[in-house]
Amino acid sequence: MSTIALEPRHAAASRAAAAIGSALSDTADVAWRNLRTQLRTPQALVFATVQPVIFVLLFRYAFGGAIHVPGTDYVDFLMPGIFAQTVAFGAVGTAVGLSGDVRTGILVRFRTLPMARIAVLGGRTVADLARNLLVVAIMTGVGFAAGFRSPHGAGGLLAALGLVVAFGYALSWGFASLGLRVSDPEAAQAAAVPVLFLLVFTSAAFVPATAMPGWLQAFGTHQPVDALVNAERALILGGPAAHDVLISLAWSGGLLVVFALLAARSYARLGR
Amino acid sequence: MLTPIACLEGTYLMSELAVEVHGLRKSFGPVLALDGLSLAVPAGSVLGLLGPNGSGKTTTVSILATSMRPEAGRATVGGLDVVRQAAQVRRVIGLAGQFAAVDPSLTGRENLTLIGRLSRVGRRQARVRAEELLDAFGLTEAAGRLVRGYSGGMRRRLDVAAALLHRPQVLFLDEPTAGLDPESRFALWDSVRDLTRSGTTVLLTTQYLEEADALADQVMIISAGRVADTGTPAELKARFGTVVFHLDYAGSEAAHAARAALASAGFRPALDGAAIQVRSATGSGELTGLLRTLDGRAPDPVSVAVREPTLDDVFLSLTSGGRAA
Repeated sequence: MSTIALEPRHAAASRAAAAIGSALSDTADVAWRNLRTQLRTPQALVFATVQPVIFVLLFRYAFGGAIHVPGTDYVDFLMPGIFAQTVAFGAVGTAVGLSGDVRTGILVRFRTLPMARIAVLGGRTVADLARNLLVVAIMTGVGFAAGFRSPHGAGGLLAALGLVVAFGYALSWGFASLGLRVSDPEAAQAAAVPVLFLLVFTSAAFVPATAMPGWLQAFGTHQPVDALVNAERALILGGPAAHDVLISLAWSGGLLVVFALLAARSYARLGR
Repeated sequence: MLTPIACLEGTYLMSELAVEVHGLRKSFGPVLALDGLSLAVPAGSVLGLLGPNGSGKTTTVSILATSMRPEAGRATVGGLDVVRQAAQVRRVIGLAGQFAAVDPSLTGRENLTLIGRLSRVGRRQARVRAEELLDAFGLTEAAGRLVRGYSGGMRRRLDVAAALLHRPQVLFLDEPTAGLDPESRFALWDSVRDLTRSGTTVLLTTQYLEEADALADQVMIISAGRVADTGTPAELKARFGTVVFHLDYAGSEAAHAARAALASAGFRPALDGAAIQVRSATGSGELTGLLRTLDGRAPDPVSVAVREPTLDDVFLSLTSGGRAA
């Protein structure tokens, strides 16, 4: 009697495990496809890698001489800001890629395959996560060549980069939702870029927030890019970090939940 | 071992109808795309859904292929409900779309192996099937090239191949040859015929009467989201004629005289300003009789043309009451 009662539960558990396994494998397949597609689209690759490098060099050498941050070399102050800026703007790629898939009809095919539904969005965001890892690695190298020293050591730097990549991943889901709704890569870009400009340039990414007028500070210091930059700086430059790190993680976690729900809804709406 | 899928497939084999649709409704904002459409496709047969742009063909296929939800009505594929059992339906269908849904930045081979894996045929089987299908569709030579560089015909063939990786029981082809040159079109027709010989049920949408004639067992003409007429290609051709004679006159008086003469001799002329169209069921051989009838009873026409009936002719006769519908 007890074995009869247990067996279905066991079968259900192994079915669930198999479903999760298939979902992961589908996500990996879609992510592989997206990475490969990006590697074969030279414009996208240039946008993703060369532009951040130019920004590092530009701010370091063109503006860096004119900006003085007390108590630290500007390049050490700058790098956390550039990391945040890069993943923020890089997230637009998620919207552009997905809206392209809507437009070409590839998404229609995916929706009619017996694959896990999560894989379309999961594969896209995981591919963009992998791209961010690559880009951040390249930027770190260029930063070191340009005088960046990460005074607080490798552990602090790696923890900061972890926060950067986590924020980028959360943001990707928001842009995934946008990309599914606009079905036009240009429109996705046009909708996303102004918001990102606002978030990045009112944050302390490039200049200390104390240099801004009070009303701007009020906005600039209460948003996720600023929280990320502060946490990164605490980890990279040294100083009390726990508070800033928690705030940044809370932002990224909260955004991830909200954006993932929005993206799932946008995906479900495609068939309406 | 009896898995749930095996049970469902068993049901399907007994039901004999591979696709069943009752009263399907769907609108996009103010536009009514499907207005209570019903149809049935017996297992192993080919249904051609014929209609102009905007008649609801693609919407029907999208709903049956589970990528869109209907507002009302019921549809089953292989005995499975396309809304409530969408996940199971996806295991038994293949879709090749009007807008070739293959990835231009992947090679032909990469496209097929990716879709094979996402179709859950297994990693090894995906590779094996990809090679089989590349061969069957004459794409082996181009398999390693990016699809970006493929011709329109090659893309369509790859698209159809992509729909076949998991050996679907029911294949949906949404305007598979739209925009293709005749040679590519005939090549694709051959592929579809091979499939149907192997027992695959096919629901095909097309704007070309000729294509429906070449491939379909049953043809359903849809207009404004509703079934306008249905029958075998032979029945429809008998109704709408295999050729159309087109006579241009210098003025409407002459055209009227010609129409009267033709009607009294048993033809069914349709008057359009100073022009007359006559559908013929037997073909161009009838032209001699037609001209003999006109000889002496009406002025000579300015021009005479013989052409294949188009979908326009079919719709003209459906809507102008040229046939008791």
